[in-house]
Amino acid sequence: MSPALLVFFVLAALAIIGALSLILQKHPIHSALSLIVVMVSLAGLYLLLGAEFVAAVQIIVYGGAIMVLFVFVIMLLNAGEEEHTDFSKLAKFGGLPLALALTGLLAAAMVHHAGSVPNPTNPDALARTSSISIMLFSTFVYPFELTSFLILVAIMGALVLAQREKS
Amino acid sequence: MVPTQYYLILSAILFGLGAVAFVVKRNVITIFMSIELMLNAVNLAFVAFSQARGKLDGQVFVLFVIVVAAAEAAVGLGIIILTARNRRSLNVERVDLLKL
Repeated sequence: MSPALLVFFVLAALAIIGALSLILQKHPIHSALSLIVVMVSLAGLYLLLGAEFVAAVQIIVYGGAIMVLFVFVIMLLNAGEEEHTDFSKLAKFGGLPLALALTGLLAAAMVHHAGSVPNPTNPDALARTSSISIMLFSTFVYPFELTSFLILVAIMGALVLAQREKS
Repeated sequence: MVPTQYYLILSAILFGLGAVAFVVKRNVITIFMSIELMLNAVNLAFVAFSQARGKLDGQVFVLFVIVVAAAEAAVGLGIIILTARNRRSLNVERVDLLKL
């Protein structure tokens, strides 16, 4: 087994264990910590794929900013253990089988079309960050500018939603 | 060298686990986290295809997905704080004004 394959299996196992732990943990803060494990192992997988810039952004934005926001809100709202009300009938008889069927369908499609998926032509080449930035500011400059508007709207929306109502 | 389909199968498994968590969990914050898990699974497929085809478009798209996820987290958590303040509970079954 090549070293790259070994690293892949270790990181993939970590990601799947983290995702399972997200489901099995009762307390939201434990679920949040499991999600951080998934995100860090995904960053390792991006490095293995040669996408170093995406790996760095994954750690900084997902592992840093977004998860800190989640943990902050969990502590702000003092979220306790999940209460077990009677499990919604729709979720039990409709949602769970459908979600499992979705997983099966996706995996079956992957296995069925395994032959037509191209393998990396130049596996050791790192995607240079400068070529990503050139692409971002030439081909994708219009969507890039739109994202700045999106972030502006999100900031204003979050401020309006979270402020205390004036009595 | 890792074949591309391994990444795609891992991506499918993570997406499915995210979908299961979305259905099974009752806490609104955990449900929100499972959406982030599904977005991450899709990002992995994007980067895997980007490397397989030797083009960088997929990685640029991952950056856009991350920006949208950050905006979504900010607004969504604002909404969660508001509902938690109004309903005094984080259980989604207590938020049932639109339910028949």
